[in-house]
Amino acid sequence: MAVGFIPYITWLEQRGVRMSGTSQITNPVWDDMVYRKMKVAFIITTTLGAMTGVGIWFSAALISPSSIGSLIRVFYFAWFVEWLTFVTEVVLIMIYFLTWKNANTTLKSKLRHIRFGWFLSIFSWITMAIIVSILGFMMDPGNWNKHHSLLNGFTNPIYLPQLFFRTPAAMVLGGIFGMLLTTIFAKKHTAERSIALKSASKWILLWAPVALVAAYIYYHAMPEAMRFNMSTAVGTIEFSQYYKLLSYIIPGTVSLVVIVSIWALLRPRSIRFVIVLVPCLAAFGFLGIFERVREFIRKPYVIGGYMYSNLLREEDYPLYKRDGILKYATYANTAEITAENKLAAGRDVFMLSCSRCHTTNGINSIVEVFERIYGAGKPLDENSMEAYIPNMHNGRTYMPPFPGNKKELKALATYIRHLQLSGEALGGAQTEGVTVNPQNNIQAAEELMKTNEKTMADNELNK
Amino acid sequence: MVLGVAPLLSINTLYTVYFYSANALTGLMWISIIPLVTIAFLLTYLHKYTWHKLDNNKPLHISIIAAAVLVFLFIPLIFLTNINLMLFPEKWGTIKGFVSALTLPNVFPRYLHFICASMAVTGLFLFWYVGRKKYAFESYFHTLTRYDIKKKAYSLTFAMSLFQFMIGPIVLLTLPSKGVKWNLILVIFSGAVIALPAMYQMWKAITGPPENIDRHYGKVIIAMTITVLFMGSGRHIYRANALAPHKKLMAAKTAEFEKISAEARLHPPVEDENPVEIDSSLGGAAKGAAIFQSNCSACHKPHEKLVGPPMTEMANIYHDNEMGLKSWIKAPGKKRAGYPQMPGFPQLSEADLNELTKYILSIK
Repeated sequence: MAVGFIPYITWLEQRGVRMSGTSQITNPVWDDMVYRKMKVAFIITTTLGAMTGVGIWFSAALISPSSIGSLIRVFYFAWFVEWLTFVTEVVLIMIYFLTWKNANTTLKSKLRHIRFGWFLSIFSWITMAIIVSILGFMMDPGNWNKHHSLLNGFTNPIYLPQLFFRTPAAMVLGGIFGMLLTTIFAKKHTAERSIALKSASKWILLWAPVALVAAYIYYHAMPEAMRFNMSTAVGTIEFSQYYKLLSYIIPGTVSLVVIVSIWALLRPRSIRFVIVLVPCLAAFGFLGIFERVREFIRKPYVIGGYMYSNLLREEDYPLYKRDGILKYATYANTAEITAENKLAAGRDVFMLSCSRCHTTNGINSIVEVFERIYGAGKPLDENSMEAYIPNMHNGRTYMPPFPGNKKELKALATYIRHLQLSGEALGGAQTEGVTVNPQNNIQAAEELMKTNEKTMADNELNK
Repeated sequence: MVLGVAPLLSINTLYTVYFYSANALTGLMWISIIPLVTIAFLLTYLHKYTWHKLDNNKPLHISIIAAAVLVFLFIPLIFLTNINLMLFPEKWGTIKGFVSALTLPNVFPRYLHFICASMAVTGLFLFWYVGRKKYAFESYFHTLTRYDIKKKAYSLTFAMSLFQFMIGPIVLLTLPSKGVKWNLILVIFSGAVIALPAMYQMWKAITGPPENIDRHYGKVIIAMTITVLFMGSGRHIYRANALAPHKKLMAAKTAEFEKISAEARLHPPVEDENPVEIDSSLGGAAKGAAIFQSNCSACHKPHEKLVGPPMTEMANIYHDNEMGLKSWIKAPGKKRAGYPQMPGFPQLSEADLNELTKYILSIK
């Protein structure tokens, strides 16, 4: 939000000085209105904005620890620089807002304040430019295995298109939000209100066409495999809804925003809060869907060509297929599957290979997914599921292949059937705790160390 | 809070497995830091911007900031519980959620230690803040003088530092002995010693004549900063000491895993079960049968309905329209009620499609 809103505010502040009479520094009514808008932005950016930025760290590390653990090693310095600019940005926003009233005493200090606003705008944009490199890198399939480097974030083919799209989109968003605030802070039937509404319209109408062109370029710059994912993803009910919605929401939102802007430009007096609220909410909602789509089309990978979205590395799959995933898991109740522990083993397999995306009986539940295939309410057939699971990634390209061996596959099918019968919920580590795999506990590691040391000592002796 | 991202990032990098595991074990409480901090800040703004509006309703106005204070006091407890939990991988198997993690030794002494340190720093900050020349003191305060506030601020720092000398040893004693080594003791002890002259200067300033209160402020700040640096290094040393043996074991396990994973990559397992049954009479359709087996057999059977219709039906519909079958497989639509829509198979090559359709159409 800072990317689009701050330059918009600075632009308005500058207009205030131009509009003032010869004896004034700035138009006081106008300046007060712009100040109030900035106050809202200040409160939002320093609470919600700053926290969602930090929150991404918290949630990503919880949901996808292995991928963040991998990315952070390549991008540590990019993130560090990003953090420096971000901290500076927050400090600058504080200075910009808190010195506003004091700057109104002389024309010189007012002009300095405005220059400062432009400077701040550039800074916000740089923060975004760095973040986009990391996002672009994650979406660039195959590159992880070839170039583990920071530079690649900036040279990958989606970097510029994505940056080019995000810039005008942020400006449009800032503009419509600014228009909404105008309807709250500017008194009705004043000249300032009309001028402010017209300013917002011009701002939006200037950026909207750029955003549309950029969106087109961005879509075509996306890797082929990902665009495929968009259309094949129509196959699932879950995503097809989003996908179809998307094709209405993007042009719908943009045209709604544009229509309101033209309206405000021609008949500023008739614009009310409610009229602007709808396109404003739509624009923010569009942003949410855009983020979701971006996350979805990366599948089946979380890092292209390197790590699947179940957080298992592609290169370890042959081992898992041979020996099973339970044997190498840190947290599992059973390593060897028997008739007695089949259900518990199935639950572990589910936890390790499915639970990143599927719940047992909640949102996107595994039972529901299979019922959609075989018919709702019908008893699930274990044999059919066993035949389906190893092949599902061929038809559903956003699914990672099943990692485990045959025994684990059978245990998983039994567990899914059990879930359908029992309606059981599976608690996470945060409530149930974890069981350390007996084959991978500290004792096992100590024994391994001893064997390693012994072999080394023997080798020394043999020399 | 924003400032905290860099340390968070560095802990993420240095102690990835330990930190993330601790986070996951206290999941809900850990993620609730985000909304809690947001709420606390919003309450603080509410307090600030209603200062004049709520002039006549002081109880409400004070309750707002009191709520914010309570939230702010709770947040470090979540942090410290996590950082503490991270140090004990051997306990992870027995922890069941946040409350259970709270009961590990050292959480509460650590918490008190942290809160006292924050109060001591607040005292030093206030001392500087009200003492600035640009600060329009007289327009804000009418009954208190600058000296009064400075003296209170110094007293706060002094009392809290004194208290630290009592809590510090408790924190050290309740730490599990696995990380307490001589290097840790040395660093912590040096830190404490450096704080002593600063304490002496503060005491003299508080009890001395008002005009002398500013005299050694710079020295106090320098000494206290060095103490903080030493104490911070102490924490890092303990962490490194405590986790070193476990890290070594993990490195051995990881190396072993990488080795066998590489072996398995060189000799991938042969899929021996469910061999593709090839009808010898099919001859050239054998390859198509294999493609069918891996892509279609989960949903289609030769003679009966599974998820999709039986293959005999496809052979019937498309017997003289191979192109139609191919384009259907690539991009299917929704045809019949009672069947879910088939996903598309755009990844199949033209050659594979030819083999596949040849096989399907050969089914009788």
